[in-house]
Amino acid sequence: MPDSDPHIPATTRRQFVLATGGGLLAAALAGLFPTAAAADATDVEKWLAAFSPAKPTPGKITIGAPDIAENGNVVPITLTVDSPMTAQSYVKGIAMAAEGNPLPAVTVIELSPANAKAEVQFRMRLAKTQTVTAVALMSDNTLWSATKTIKVTIGGCGG
Amino acid sequence: MQNVTSRLLVPSTAKKGDLIEIKSIVMHPMDSGFVKDSNGKTIPREIITLFTVAFNGAQVFKMQFAPSISSNPFVSFFVKVDRSGTFEFTWTDQDGSVYKNQAQISVT
Amino acid sequence: MLSRRDFLQVAAATTVLTGAGGGLARAAALQALSQRDLLQFEALGQVTLLHFGDIHAHLTPLYYREPSINIGAGGAAGLPPHLTGDHLLQAFKIAPGTPEAYAFTCSEFEALARGYGKLGGLDRIATLVKAIRAERPHQTLLLDSGDTWQGTYVSLQERGADMVRAMNELGVDAMTAHWDFTYGTERVKELVAQLKFPFLCGNVQDSTWGNWAFDGSKIFERGGVRVAVIGQAFPYTPIANPAWLIPGWTFGIHERRVQEQADQARAAGADIVVLLSHDGFDVDRKLAARVKGVDVILTGHTHDAIPQAVRVGRTLLIASGSHGKFLARLDLEVKDHAVSDYRFRLIPVFSDAIAPDPAMAALVAGIRRPYQAELGRVLARTETMLYRRGNFNGTFDDLICDALLAERNAEIALSPGFRWGPTLLAGQEITLEDLYEQTAITYPAAYRQSMTGAELKAAMEDIADNLFNPDPYYQQGGDMVRVGGISYAIDVAKPMGQRISELTLARNGTLVDPAKSYVVAGWASVRQGTQGPPVFDVVRAYLERQKSVSIPPRQLVRVSGADPRGIAACG
Repeated sequence: MPDSDPHIPATTRRQFVLATGGGLLAAALAGLFPTAAAADATDVEKWLAAFSPAKPTPGKITIGAPDIAENGNVVPITLTVDSPMTAQSYVKGIAMAAEGNPLPAVTVIELSPANAKAEVQFRMRLAKTQTVTAVALMSDNTLWSATKTIKVTIGGCGG
Repeated sequence: MQNVTSRLLVPSTAKKGDLIEIKSIVMHPMDSGFVKDSNGKTIPREIITLFTVAFNGAQVFKMQFAPSISSNPFVSFFVKVDRSGTFEFTWTDQDGSVYKNQAQISVT
Repeated sequence: MLSRRDFLQVAAATTVLTGAGGGLARAAALQALSQRDLLQFEALGQVTLLHFGDIHAHLTPLYYREPSINIGAGGAAGLPPHLTGDHLLQAFKIAPGTPEAYAFTCSEFEALARGYGKLGGLDRIATLVKAIRAERPHQTLLLDSGDTWQGTYVSLQERGADMVRAMNELGVDAMTAHWDFTYGTERVKELVAQLKFPFLCGNVQDSTWGNWAFDGSKIFERGGVRVAVIGQAFPYTPIANPAWLIPGWTFGIHERRVQEQADQARAAGADIVVLLSHDGFDVDRKLAARVKGVDVILTGHTHDAIPQAVRVGRTLLIASGSHGKFLARLDLEVKDHAVSDYRFRLIPVFSDAIAPDPAMAALVAGIRRPYQAELGRVLARTETMLYRRGNFNGTFDDLICDALLAERNAEIALSPGFRWGPTLLAGQEITLEDLYEQTAITYPAAYRQSMTGAELKAAMEDIADNLFNPDPYYQQGGDMVRVGGISYAIDVAKPMGQRISELTLARNGTLVDPAKSYVVAGWASVRQGTQGPPVFDVVRAYLERQKSVSIPPRQLVRVSGADPRGIAACG
């Protein structure tokens, strides 16, 4: 069992236990989005904790997004995870949250080796300038994260 | 909801083992429940909550949508194809409606 | 850089300049400048890149005062282009009073302008281009960083067709774009179809499917070297300018796309890769450090004229100024698919020292002929120098704000921090053409609206962050919004939302109340459906009534937290 393998660092073992302990990915995917009307950074942590009970390590996942949004209603997001996407090593899921939106939850995505390339694009809403967070859960149950600040500007006069 | 349509961008042919990009758009307002109409009345939440794609019956992609997903949701992802078949796209609305679309690919 | 001989000539010119004024000084100064000297260049290697950008539709010579305030944010503090006036002269060892001092800085600007005359003019640029092409046959590439089709009365009437004809005649090899997009999606497609060269915008996507909307790159063969040119349009066009004019297109820096295009070009056999950019200099300086395999970035957008190439790792950055003031020449020696040596000169286009190219002169005259009567219409006379460029209010902006306050009966005026717009010297007439050169845009409505003090501050904070955010990718490259009827203090080093303070009403010296509403007039709103008369009509009415204006520089903005090398006392 990996969680007794002395070659796996302690933090990874702990993450594995936490991530697999209650089938938490499945739980996160089943009863996903909180219904509270207001949300702040604490809520982001709470929501992401359902997906990511251990503290993820920064790295492996990148959030491709404009530094300044053209339109806060339609912000293009590209989530890319550095993974070979083979049967032995792949991305199981990705969760994304936006701390400055009325509901911090944005999406949970399930991938498999069939995807071969761990890259997903979609478009999201941003209520205001804020930092978004994405967490990737790998097949070895390690958790990786990235953040990105996206500016939603109200006026401009470039030229 | 009624009259929800979708558009797909899927290659019609590919070589065995090719990595292909699948793009989809579903025409849906994704009313977040946080916007007021011109009379100041909150427009109730009405969103698609789940998007899945299967290839020849086996799931290859699954994504849950929250109100933060933009209207007319666009999603693209990758998949490796080894044989000809059908991609089936399913969007599930919070009101229980299910919207479907499909695309064939011929793999040589 | 000028040779030693040039310096000696220049020293002679300076002596005369600082002595008697008027015609004699001017004649002597010009004697020291010749077309031959301006073209003097010891050729190097196989390839010559000629570059300009931000010409803003200027077909004829003009005065353009470089900024006295151009503050570098974050890591850019004290680096070019954030050196102004004497700071730039010292950094690049340029003697005061020389032609180069006049062209590159605002130091002693008015006095030197009277001596050295106007710069630019497409017929003069054509003469230089033809001479260099003759010297370097089949080795020369002429590249335009964009902001080509907008900025004058004629270009607004012609909706850019004048500039397409002129650039076809000049023989441009490729361009990218920004303001050019403000004629709208359909017009851009029409104009692109008329171009005899590629319109390269590798970072523009269709907003439905995300497909790349234009050709992103092209490989040219020059002097036996395969040169890939990648075009990068202004990444924030739909934010800085109205998105509603260009539905269906989305922009962005798209660093990964730049890398992919560079890699693909190399795979397709390119020896060197050139990024023809409208990112703005600080954005490109960051990009150069993060993307591999780009040999040269020909920058644009921020209008910087830097006398030497700036090196970031293995990438050379060139900043060629604006308004047709300069033509950049970069000779490259290429060995083993890399630049092994280079030589650079940013050639000031001294219009009185260069013989106009007859073919281009005829084309320009033909383009202007139908509009001649309107262009020359005198609206007023200015008793003081009118200029725009700089991080904060220029005197031409003050004039526009005065007109908005008076004609729109407002308490506060806002005018956009565009970097384009030439300079008028004290005593010059203000013609209709001059007015349009400050205001010729396709969304000119001069609005009048109520704003609370809090809303006003929020808008100003937002724009200040677009200029002074320490991370260049969060900057938009415009200068700070210009104000009338108020003064304020700004600490540029503070984070977003905390830079602006002491917003004060000029008329009674009281602080702007966040809760109180004020009548604000302005123009160039990016919002669709903005109501109001066109700004050029508003300012025209004001000028015709004033007949004469006198606007010494005003101290409306108190700046702190800035690197001192970006602030100069200028003439």
